[in-house]
Amino acid sequence: MSILRRSLIVFSLLAAGLAPVATRAQDKASPRTIAITAKRFQFEPKEVHLKAGERVKLAVTSEDVTHGFFSRPLHFDEDLTPGKTVEVPIEAASAGTYTIICDHFCGSGHGGMMMTLVVE
Amino acid sequence: MDPVDRRKFLKITGVSLGAGALFKIAAPALGEGGRLMGLLGKKNGERPTPFSFVQFSDTHVGFNGPPDPLGTKAFERAVDMVNALPERPDLVLFTGDLTHESEKPGEHADRMRLFKKISSRLKVPLVKLVPGEHDAALDGGTLYRDAFGETSYAFDHRGVHFVGLDNVSHGKPVVGAEGLAWLEKDLARFPKTAPIVVFTHRPLFDLKPDWEWFTSDGDRVLNLLAPYENVTVLYGHIHREHVHHEGHSTHYAARSLIFAFPDPESGVPKKPLPFDEKKPFENLGIRRIAESGDAPPRIEEVSLTLREYSGTVGIQQILKEGENL
Repeated sequence: MSILRRSLIVFSLLAAGLAPVATRAQDKASPRTIAITAKRFQFEPKEVHLKAGERVKLAVTSEDVTHGFFSRPLHFDEDLTPGKTVEVPIEAASAGTYTIICDHFCGSGHGGMMMTLVVE
Repeated sequence: MDPVDRRKFLKITGVSLGAGALFKIAAPALGEGGRLMGLLGKKNGERPTPFSFVQFSDTHVGFNGPPDPLGTKAFERAVDMVNALPERPDLVLFTGDLTHESEKPGEHADRMRLFKKISSRLKVPLVKLVPGEHDAALDGGTLYRDAFGETSYAFDHRGVHFVGLDNVSHGKPVVGAEGLAWLEKDLARFPKTAPIVVFTHRPLFDLKPDWEWFTSDGDRVLNLLAPYENVTVLYGHIHREHVHHEGHSTHYAARSLIFAFPDPESGVPKKPLPFDEKKPFENLGIRRIAESGDAPPRIEEVSLTLREYSGTVGIQQILKEGENL
């Protein structure tokens, strides 16, 4: 990831009330990694729960075609090339429910391809 | 300072037909308005003159099964309806998802041919199209270009500049750097007074990002359009009516000719509204919009019934009433 790209993500997450892993003190424990797979036309798992303030790293992999991984309030928009894992580090500052959608058209069921991130 | 407000004289009035929307360009020939039209003609290269056009959207030719078992019937009826209008429109614009994709070899091309066959029955001088994601997102627009031509282009008609803008063929909801550069260059030829109609598939603003009702670089498109005083944006994708004002631009979404989506603010999931065989076209409805110039647009929703939809008498009556708005 380029410095510019990482900076943009840091800025975006701060703007959303979230903090990226890279800005946290080094003495904190390593973030929990949550593996997510994308394949037509669903994410697995469909729902992820985390506690407010918890740092996590979403490790997302497409198993078939190119998908998108998008959330406007969480400020990320990733392309998922088949077989290549994309890491999305986030720390939720406050409780809420966020919808994440595939925004790279992948076929007839594309419109319903989404998952939920629940911050408790 | 001009003695009159330019925007009050170049009115675009929309009358929804349930199957599309009829837009009328009102350009007065006499008096102060006529003088202004003459000035616009000198600046823009062509004096605006009155004409009407129709918007169709989201025909999804090839879509099969619930929530719409009727296939192309609504589309075919809409064609008949436009052909029966007492005042023939100059132009029909299709704002994407002309066809439903298929990954079965040859089937998507067949669906594009069927779309052409039905749309070719329109008795209007001009038919213009832009793709939706179901037409052009899986193959980057290759098949669409073979069948219909370029995905972004512009043309002038009777003093109005029309811009067809592709925000689907990159696979994601984006116009892209190349499209933005093309648009900037295209618009640069026109004075700020030029009447501009942009037709595209997805909304250019954040209508409902969680339902993919947005264009990620739509803000850059709107920035390019912001200096222009007469901008109308027509789009589809959301399968329901919506009106949005932003700066000098007004954005109209057209209903689909296949099925409807619910109101995203109603809290329900993003699923097509169920088909009701007793009221197969209920969700098509009728919308009328009249811009008075002095007041916000008047919007009237009329529920569509089979009787109203089944013949031209009802539509002619609606148009007659529309003239009195």
